[in-house]
Amino acid sequence: MKPIKQLCVLSGKGGTGKTSLVGALAAVVPDKVLVDCDVDAPDLHLLFKPTIKTRQAFLGGKKAAILPELCTECGRCREVCRFDAISEDYRVDITACEGCGVCVRFCPFGAVAFSPTVCGEWFISETRFGPLVHAQLGAGQENSGLLVSLIRGKALELAEAKGHPLILVDGPPGIGCPVISSLTGSDGALIVTEPTLSGLHDLKRILDLTGHFRIPAVVLVNKADLNPETADAIEGFCLEKEIGWAGRLPYDPVVTEAMVQGRTVPELSPEGLGAEIPKIWKIVEEKLFNR
Amino acid sequence: MIISIASGKGGTGKTSVAVALALSLTEPVQLLDCDVEAPNAHIFLKPEWEKQETVYGEIPRVEESRCTYCRDCSDLCQFKAILVLGKTILTFPEMCHSCGGCFLVCKPKALVTDKKELGVIEEGRSGSIHFIHGRLKVGEPLSPPLIREVKKRMNKERWVILDAPPGTSCPVIQTVKGSDYTILVTEPTPFGLFDLKLAVSALEELRIPHGVILNRADVGTRETRDYLTSKGIPLLMEIPFDRRIAEGYARGQSLIAVLPEWKAAFQRLADTLRARPNG
Repeated sequence: MKPIKQLCVLSGKGGTGKTSLVGALAAVVPDKVLVDCDVDAPDLHLLFKPTIKTRQAFLGGKKAAILPELCTECGRCREVCRFDAISEDYRVDITACEGCGVCVRFCPFGAVAFSPTVCGEWFISETRFGPLVHAQLGAGQENSGLLVSLIRGKALELAEAKGHPLILVDGPPGIGCPVISSLTGSDGALIVTEPTLSGLHDLKRILDLTGHFRIPAVVLVNKADLNPETADAIEGFCLEKEIGWAGRLPYDPVVTEAMVQGRTVPELSPEGLGAEIPKIWKIVEEKLFNR
Repeated sequence: MIISIASGKGGTGKTSVAVALALSLTEPVQLLDCDVEAPNAHIFLKPEWEKQETVYGEIPRVEESRCTYCRDCSDLCQFKAILVLGKTILTFPEMCHSCGGCFLVCKPKALVTDKKELGVIEEGRSGSIHFIHGRLKVGEPLSPPLIREVKKRMNKERWVILDAPPGTSCPVIQTVKGSDYTILVTEPTPFGLFDLKLAVSALEELRIPHGVILNRADVGTRETRDYLTSKGIPLLMEIPFDRRIAEGYARGQSLIAVLPEWKAAFQRLADTLRARPNG
């Protein structure tokens, strides 16, 4: 069996078109498991209207809760808490509690409970383009990195069980915790950017991150015709830094239309924008997987 | 007055709105870019930088000569930042949340404080705008501690505008917490609406009053407007898709620089915010 390859689609800046591109790739690339790692704002499922097969609660980190019947208001917990999570009237602010357990350990009266909280849900679903592992972090919850690791683990199990050689990961924006969890252990990253100064700025940040973890990356400029000069500058930058170039896609209203219809670009526009997607995939395979 | 600008979905125009609002105010204003992973507001404000500070988080360093390998520290640590295996103790700085618990439980005082770089905070001025942003160190997973440091520089006597990161998880919560009002910027597409609903539920939980600006208001569908009506969420402004705005954005020009007539709309928005009962 061929080793399973994992491709992570990232961007740094949000809204450059990661999810639409992953949806489009899903429509043209066979035998893969899809994973939506943007767990706090997951949108990939909207393109597929999938059938949920497995649904599980996600237990995140623990949170402190003061038991009023045992609390003597001695103030020790407020002293040791570094996150100002305990109010003057001895209530834990759940959005400030980091789940470190220090107050639990140092309360002389055992008056702080500490139990895991349900932070979200994860799903294994079936789509018309193969299995999708996705999740939904509860509003305002923490531990997105942990949830990302969990669903990537499930995707790997699924790929092994089905003999699929590819895992296609739709990553979150930014460069922080859930991005790192989405990226580590991947065989390559496809970075989707846009031809704006913001896009270029954040592209450099995400390339620093892929470089930090020594994961090869290729760059695609989406909506390139909205500003060809900056698209040229990005291509020049990639050339200079010897970063793989995956090409350009034009701005096309069909992307929004596909979203509205819950379909993917190649399904809606097989001769138009959709015809570009297999070409991108070929470059990704050549530059990231056949090295 | 503290106004945060958030969105759920990325790339909907948070930074454009934050910058346009700051440029439209007549009184002194602070703009804090709290998207420390991918900060972009400076591209539009081009501030004259006045200060740069590196921010550190406290982490433990082991004085092995005093360590008894008792595991009190590793038992306490919820973040797997300390590992004791037999007579070996290892620390993992990138996992550490700087809770300080390990120092407190260590009886032989074998842990001393060390620091890890979280990132830098830069401050500057752009006209009457006092601008501050954080830049998370590449490879550091935790952005909330740096956001917290950025927010410590707020001057609450003034207008403070907080530009939030996308999403609905801890970095967003860290940013919007304590705001008097949150402006959610979205686009009326299925992705925009789905993520807007998530952002709204987070704000409801935090009990922060909020309203919505629809950007690229003429694309997508009616569903977002119907949702706002059904929830009774005020629609504060609609900005149509305009190639001039998109091109200006691409070059690093604010909405106000490209189409100065929008200044009046943002001033009206500021008046609305000022007139709020708790504003």
